[in-house]
Amino acid sequence: MQSRLKDILPLMTIAVLSSVPFALAQSDVTNEAPNVMTAKPAGMVEAVLFYLFAATTIVSALGVCTCKNVVRMAVWLFCTLSSVAVMYFLLAAPFLGAVQLIVYVGGTLILLIFGVMLTGKSPWLRFDIKRGEMIASGVVCLSLFIALSMLLARADWSTSATGVKAGVTVEEIGRVLLSKYVVPFEAAGVLLFIVMVGAAHLARQEKK
Amino acid sequence: MVTIGLTHYLIVSAALFCCGVFVMTTKRNAIGLLIGVELVLNAAALNFVAFDRYIEAARIDGLIAALFVIVLAAAEAAIAVAICINVYKNLASVDVDRANQLNG
Repeated sequence: MQSRLKDILPLMTIAVLSSVPFALAQSDVTNEAPNVMTAKPAGMVEAVLFYLFAATTIVSALGVCTCKNVVRMAVWLFCTLSSVAVMYFLLAAPFLGAVQLIVYVGGTLILLIFGVMLTGKSPWLRFDIKRGEMIASGVVCLSLFIALSMLLARADWSTSATGVKAGVTVEEIGRVLLSKYVVPFEAAGVLLFIVMVGAAHLARQEKK
Repeated sequence: MVTIGLTHYLIVSAALFCCGVFVMTTKRNAIGLLIGVELVLNAAALNFVAFDRYIEAARIDGLIAALFVIVLAAAEAAIAVAICINVYKNLASVDVDRANQLNG
């Protein structure tokens, strides 16, 4: 029964996530300037969506924490990454949400799962940790979270308003990327090339 | 309560960060550690995007920073998985406690 619940929970989260396109189409939060919103209804929808996906983000992150099996952890990570992508949509950054879905969920996560499969059949497949270490780590992380959220609740970020501006368009991003940020952009290109060659070199089969 | 502000997103991001730290400290599987790192990086990117949205001075810069975070996370995952495969070939395990040959 316990393991059946474990199987069903990620699926339920995925089901919630799959309702995103409909919700976004309903609310229109991503492509409307917040300051011209007719205040109440749209703000209400945004709040409901925020709380829903904040909940899925945190629940699936906790799922990653509690699972022992790496494949289960990867499935929970899928839910977390998708919920964070929805958060980007809610923050009026649809381009970044799409990049998150394509690069992270479609690329990095698949890479991790391949890593699990290539390193799976181990004779020492016992990755248990001492209970005391687990509790100590949990206490430290929980107190870190409490301290951080108390600090954040008190901080004054001098935001001019809540959600001050319209979303940034892809055109603006492209323009900035090729003018102000052209050097980091090129450096990222070189880095990706080196990473590609280096990963292929590190992981290749030795020929003897 | 109804209007969602910067603090709401920052608290979600803090929760993600703490979960990532917990995963990094309690898992002994190298791939598991990598998953923890991904959580922490996502928390950072979410912070960048939230600041970009709510603080006028950070317009676009936050988005670009988050974009670079995603790129670097992809690069880091590729290299780390390659290293894991190498460790597995040498030690027949991805238990990080067994990879101690460089210990003095």
